[in-house]
Amino acid sequence: MQIYIQNTGETPIYEQIVSQIKAQILSGALQEGDALPSMRTLAKELRISVITTKRAYEELEKQGYVRSITGKGSFVAPKNLELIREENLRQIEDAMQRIVSLAAPCGLSLEDLMHMLTFFAKGEDV
Amino acid sequence: MKSAFCLQAVTKRYPAREKAPGFALGPLNLSLPGGCILGLIGENGAGKTTTLKMMLGLTRKSGGHIELLGRPAGDETTRAHIGAVLDGVCFPGEMNARQVGRMLEKLYPSWRMGAWQMWCRRFQLPEEKKIAAYSKGMQQKLMLAAAFSHDSRLLLLDEATSGLDPVARDELLDTLRDFVSDENHSVLLSSHLVEDVQKVCDYVALLHRGQLLFCEEKDRLLESFALVQGPKDVLMQLSNRRGLRENAFGATALVPRTQVPSGLIWQPAGLEDIMLYTLRGDHHERTAV
Repeated sequence: MQIYIQNTGETPIYEQIVSQIKAQILSGALQEGDALPSMRTLAKELRISVITTKRAYEELEKQGYVRSITGKGSFVAPKNLELIREENLRQIEDAMQRIVSLAAPCGLSLEDLMHMLTFFAKGEDV
Repeated sequence: MKSAFCLQAVTKRYPAREKAPGFALGPLNLSLPGGCILGLIGENGAGKTTTLKMMLGLTRKSGGHIELLGRPAGDETTRAHIGAVLDGVCFPGEMNARQVGRMLEKLYPSWRMGAWQMWCRRFQLPEEKKIAAYSKGMQQKLMLAAAFSHDSRLLLLDEATSGLDPVARDELLDTLRDFVSDENHSVLLSSHLVEDVQKVCDYVALLHRGQLLFCEEKDRLLESFALVQGPKDVLMQLSNRRGLRENAFGATALVPRTQVPSGLIWQPAGLEDIMLYTLRGDHHERTAV
């Protein structure tokens, strides 16, 4: 498992941990049942506060990616297709939002966008 | 989590004397969950050392209640598990490290000679050299070695990193991170070196003229503020600003991140920014004439 922390302060540290572990679960690099490092180990290795690693794990648990067993540690939760769908949907919405805001200033109509999307969906070049 | 220490309504009053003005500290309410590091920051004279000395029973408190490791301060059963490093307090100058080890062995039932020798080696402290000939950094390392060698569970460090060079400081911070490896080991670190506090602490408390201005989780604190730049009159309208610094070409203010006006340039605020803007309020940049 690889985690890289940027200490620039722009993205909260716990969010960086959450998004990186989530990405590794979604990509399959972390599999169902895999043990995550203990919060103290993660804090010590990354030289960050244990409160922050705790917050990250709690957030992952809340979102359903991880489950914690008292006394044993935290483990990757069983793959939940609904969850993956939700996450992908959220990312698609974000991307669409960006498409719409990029299209407006150059005068692309909704119809133009639909055309482009159809091409992409069919695997052809525009 | 069990708390490492708890201060309830602790006060200290020094009456005004002929030349020295009076000083009042507190009432202070401060506690730390076990397994964490708290950084106590503030200017000279803010009351940091007095707070630590009251916790150690070296200074009598005027009021309030102090609990260390779940027992009232000064309790015999917990005393051996509290390690302290204070500025200027050291062992007799004519002793060497080996002799200090033997003396402390008699003082602490929980003394571990093997640990002492290991720490002395790790800190590169010569066994035979007299302490009087130690540099300030070496004296601090010697006291740290002692604190680490009697099964301390709560470390109270007053300016423990200030006499050390950058590499030694970084090593010490690593040592502190190792020390809090479970919920039974905690550290209170007072320091001017805000940079060190930002690197190593879980919680940060700011003391100013004897009053506690805040005690917060470090990462949440850093997430919640921003330094925003813009024309002074615009920034002056931000009622939630903590402080504003003005120069001939513009101004910078410390504001909650949620209240950064759109269109203005902002950047994350470091612990030092938060401390300086909070303590100095609105002020002009001093320019050299």
